[in-house]
Amino acid sequence: MVNVYKSFGSREVLKNICLDVKRGEILSVIGPSGAGKTTLLKLMNLLLNPDRGKIFFDGVDTDVDEKQRRALRRKMGMVFQHPALFDTTVFNNVALGLMIRGFHKEEIEKRVEDALRYVGLKGFAKRKASSLSAGEAQRVSLARALVLEPKLLLLDEPTANLDPGNVLQIEETIRRVNSERGVTVVLATHNLLQAKRLSHRVAFLWMGDLVEVGETKEVFENPKSERTALYLRGEMVC
Amino acid sequence: MAGWDEVFYGLVKAVELIFSGDPNVIQVTLLSLRVSGLATLIGGALGIPLGAFVALRTFRGKTFVISVINTLMGLPPVLVGLVYYILLSSTGPLGFLRLLYTPEAMILAQLTMVLPIAAGVTISSVSTIDPRLREVVVSLGAGPLQEAAILLWEARLGLLTALVVGFGAAISEVGAIMIVGGNLLGYTRALTTAIVLLTNQGEFVEAIALGIILLVLAFLVNAILTLLQMRSRSSLFAQTYTRQSQLKW
Repeated sequence: MVNVYKSFGSREVLKNICLDVKRGEILSVIGPSGAGKTTLLKLMNLLLNPDRGKIFFDGVDTDVDEKQRRALRRKMGMVFQHPALFDTTVFNNVALGLMIRGFHKEEIEKRVEDALRYVGLKGFAKRKASSLSAGEAQRVSLARALVLEPKLLLLDEPTANLDPGNVLQIEETIRRVNSERGVTVVLATHNLLQAKRLSHRVAFLWMGDLVEVGETKEVFENPKSERTALYLRGEMVC
Repeated sequence: MAGWDEVFYGLVKAVELIFSGDPNVIQVTLLSLRVSGLATLIGGALGIPLGAFVALRTFRGKTFVISVINTLMGLPPVLVGLVYYILLSSTGPLGFLRLLYTPEAMILAQLTMVLPIAAGVTISSVSTIDPRLREVVVSLGAGPLQEAAILLWEARLGLLTALVVGFGAAISEVGAIMIVGGNLLGYTRALTTAIVLLTNQGEFVEAIALGIILLVLAFLVNAILTLLQMRSRSSLFAQTYTRQSQLKW
């Protein structure tokens, strides 16, 4: 992202964001609620257009027509804070992206089964989405993104309000998908311990400003910015 | 004056007419079904995509368009009949089509009433879909048509309601088809127009009998659509995508 700005009405949500995501890394975007983390991820997923600035994906300028943006978007997977599942079976929910891409039945069945096993939900395919717990629903949402074999996985507070068992399961899946499949992960979270546990690098976002980006250890132990230090000590909330 | 006796005899007569296979009753019943059924199908085929477009797209004047559609949902049948009468009469701008006093004119009039109902109920159903689902669909890489198809499927119960309400409005309507159809025996006489005629003639028993047949008919069609609504919750999702990805589940 190069000099990216985004406003909603008169509210400037992101200001002059310059951020590189390195291939194969897990980058956590930390910051309090309302810092602009979700907007940042939606811009990366090309769901929103920046008001100013450029966004490149895989070296390609994303300032292109919607058809080309869709082709780029199909190389990514995004998991939203709310699982947002459709009123149908787990199988259909996970298969949806593959159906959109016109995959054949055998391939869809194989991939969905693999994805469900990967997130620890083997045997859940025929269950109704409405019968799942919050943690299971979020894991289905993760499987829905992973089944597409994305190059870039965008996770927006994927474990917010989940019980420790599900948090552990999702974190383990994120770690594995990064290490085993080489998927680049951008994780938006306000859970500092989670960012510390999972990420190679951390970006601190505060009121639309990208305050600091660096190696996780470096940012947590020797923050360059006073604002980062205050936030990490829990002395600054939005 | 009609009293409870007429209602009772009407019930008896209705059973008699249904089981005796009275050719006139069969003819008006079939015409009612044909006219209202086709008006509902065509109105739904046009109104549902229109409603989906209005609900899913952002454009200038959207609120105004929704207000117009909502207003047209309560279109007075007599007014529709009057407008079509003027348009289709031999001196009217569409007189050359020679449609006045034909079943086709009746379908056209009812279709005009069903279309805004289908569009309005569709707008209402699609608008109540969780906006986060829409975001997910786009995020998964869906194109505009795929997005609309998936969201319409999510709103499928509302769409069936649109058809149920549209058919209900059409089958029970009398003002428009009376004017443009002319209530010609054996050609454009439907259940509702026949009831009006019989009432005017003081033939209350027969009128009530036809009214009961009309009610039973409306009940049966609604029962079928309701059954479809209930079944669609669990089984039809996959079929939508079957067409799209050539799967046979």
